[in-house]
Amino acid sequence: MATNDHDSHEIDELSGTQTTGHEWDGIKELDTPMPRWWVRTFYATIVIAFCYVIYYPAIPLIETSTVGVSGVTARGTVEEKLAAVKRDKSKLDVKLANTALENVRNDDQLYRYAVAGGESLYKVYCTQCHGSGAQGAVGYPNLNDDDWLWGGDLDAIRTTIAHGVRNDADDDTRLSMMPSFGRDGILSNTEISSVVEYVLKMSAKDHNPKRAIDGKAIFAENCASCHGDDGLGNRDLGAPNLADALALYGNDRQSLTRQIIAPRHGVMPPWLKRLGEPKVRQLAFYIHSLGGGETAK
Amino acid sequence: MSNGTLTVFIAIGVILSAAASIFAQDDILRAHGLLMTVIMFIGMLVVIVLSDYRPAHSRPSRKDDSPYMDDVVRFGVIATVFWGVVGFLAGVAIAAQLAWPQLNIEPYFNFNRLRPLHTSAVIFAFGGNALIATSFYVVQRTCRARLFGGDLAWFVFWGYQFFILLAATGYLVGATQSKEYAEPEWYTDIWLTIVWVAYLIVFMGTVINRKEPHIYVANWFYMAFIITVAMLHIVNNLSVPVSFLGGKSYSAFSGVQDALTQWWYGHNAVGFFLTAGFLGIMYYFIPKQANRPVYSYRLSIVHFWSLIFLYIWAGPHHLHYTALPDWASSLGMVFSIMLWMPSWGGMINGLMTLSGAWDKLRTDPVLRMMVIAVAFYGMSTFEGPMMSIKSVNSLSHYTDWTIGHVHSGALGWNGMITFGAIYYMVPKLWGREQLYSLRLVDWHLWLATIGIVIYASVMWVAGITQGLMWREYDDQGFLVNSFIDTVSAVHPEYVLRAFGGLLYLSGALLMAYNVYKTVTVGARRTEPVGAAGKQLEPAE
Repeated sequence: MATNDHDSHEIDELSGTQTTGHEWDGIKELDTPMPRWWVRTFYATIVIAFCYVIYYPAIPLIETSTVGVSGVTARGTVEEKLAAVKRDKSKLDVKLANTALENVRNDDQLYRYAVAGGESLYKVYCTQCHGSGAQGAVGYPNLNDDDWLWGGDLDAIRTTIAHGVRNDADDDTRLSMMPSFGRDGILSNTEISSVVEYVLKMSAKDHNPKRAIDGKAIFAENCASCHGDDGLGNRDLGAPNLADALALYGNDRQSLTRQIIAPRHGVMPPWLKRLGEPKVRQLAFYIHSLGGGETAK
Repeated sequence: MSNGTLTVFIAIGVILSAAASIFAQDDILRAHGLLMTVIMFIGMLVVIVLSDYRPAHSRPSRKDDSPYMDDVVRFGVIATVFWGVVGFLAGVAIAAQLAWPQLNIEPYFNFNRLRPLHTSAVIFAFGGNALIATSFYVVQRTCRARLFGGDLAWFVFWGYQFFILLAATGYLVGATQSKEYAEPEWYTDIWLTIVWVAYLIVFMGTVINRKEPHIYVANWFYMAFIITVAMLHIVNNLSVPVSFLGGKSYSAFSGVQDALTQWWYGHNAVGFFLTAGFLGIMYYFIPKQANRPVYSYRLSIVHFWSLIFLYIWAGPHHLHYTALPDWASSLGMVFSIMLWMPSWGGMINGLMTLSGAWDKLRTDPVLRMMVIAVAFYGMSTFEGPMMSIKSVNSLSHYTDWTIGHVHSGALGWNGMITFGAIYYMVPKLWGREQLYSLRLVDWHLWLATIGIVIYASVMWVAGITQGLMWREYDDQGFLVNSFIDTVSAVHPEYVLRAFGGLLYLSGALLMAYNVYKTVTVGARRTEPVGAAGKQLEPAE
């Protein structure tokens, strides 16, 4: 026991250091002093800690905490930075909101600002549905082409972004509802498949010519009022062009049939209330710049 | 523990799980109870089939002539190797899922459910079994006392395995309280509390019964680990179950208090489970393997107490720039900075214990493994305080840098020191002269080391890429990248990460084979590692 501790303070041959005299399962301990650099660095970190605690908010009090000599707080810093950003941008934002859309392009700085801001906003709010390259997906329009559902000039794009599509939260939302021709029994299955053959014919795809002739008559009676006699669509109603190769939900035989039996009515959020006019305009300029933008007639 | 007793315990478990499933108030407990019933029923059949039914006197005698209770340690070593392989495999699987999202198999094997399965398998199943097994091995030898409480040690072992099963199967059926590293629901938490108290009794009882005048430093660390983990576990899991027979509960804390409690827990799970506990492993196995005295007794005292005192305050650094008040964030940061040297005290004591015996590294791959572990420990305990600095954290937080940091600690430090301890214990526990193959140990060492280096470096690159892309603004002050841009930017790093993990897993498989062969056949006749013909000799 402890009585012979003193006698067993042997010297370790390899290091020349005394052991503590303890031994457990053959393990001994050297009585090496703590490395100086270790102790000093430890003290240094403690000193740094004390300085930091004095300089920044760190000590909790009953209701609040010490503010620190610097007076810097994380929340305060963020607020300052946000205020600075707002200040920097407010001039151009106000200008953008008050300039007629068709005149923005004449102001180089303003136009560059609008497109850059729109691109940044697009990455945050729009990529989820329209894709990171604005390429769209089934049910979500491609924004790079000129096949617009609701119009492709600046004003039309702005309106769609501002008020959304088929959205109950906005009274000015883009609204159109294609009837469920199959589900509601407006057309029979045979009639629907004839119309499908006719639509396939319009977009120059393989089709059954005989059925397409039947389909033409049914189309004129049921569909032309919105999609037009030649199927070119009507942007005022959001009725898609059926004579081109693009279709939101696919233009193969099966997709078209499904869409006529029970159309899907896609929705889009209205952004004006959430983002405000300058940002909606930035988005409109960015989308317009992607390649499919049109000039107002 | 006799097989008869074990069978009765499992049978009770089968009945309780079946009852929980039948009377369950929600789908989660219904599914979980059913799954546990099936698993335990199979387990019970296995125990019944494997039991020896000959009368006691005609069974081959397995007289335990060792003064120590080592059977439970043997089981613990096997469990450690098994759960290690399972946990690493799950890690490779989820790394692959991140690189190739098509590999997500809905709903049971998607990333969301496999991720906690991976973290719990490596931390609690692999790490926990390593800690329990080594602590039982070390405490008996350094106290010269048999484990206290008789079969209670067996209860700790089997009870802990049961906790792992409960937790793991729970994740797959969707039972989670959404607290990182504390995902298991309330009923699993209660069970773990019972097991942990038994563990505390066994360990403390043995220390109290010691025949040595002093308590060895490894045991200080083990005690700090067991006591603190009990406290952390209980406080962070305080919650109210929706129903006594339901698999859902709500935390006793809410909002920022909940977040702070969670990261007080989460950070100290690292501090006391993965640091203090594993320092206990280091303090026994490095001096034994190197056959050298511990470098500095004084350093061990000072770094032990400073580590214990400082670690517990560092948690808020996980919540910089959140709803957490500035003062808490500042304190979390300065305590983390002050923690640097106390952590390094362990590294110094581990490495310098080799002074005078460095040449052993040339010939002893097991010692080499332990030294690499300590080196990784030193690296990640420097990286940690650095990342806790607010301005560094604003770049690194939420990025893969954190994942890289955790893995250089977990794979490098926890994994490697555990492998070293396993390679040390296995020949001794099974009465073999040496391991089946030291060459395989060397292969394991290199596979694991290269795996970790690849893993950590690609995660640095990925993390800094993400951090910089997230904060990139153009000349007009607009954000440049969308989130998905930053995801696709790190795809190559994600593929390499999975590859690094695969290397680490293959090393562990070699270890499993080596352990299996050592247990069944003993040492393989072969040339020693290193220059051909040279004999393994301890340094003079």
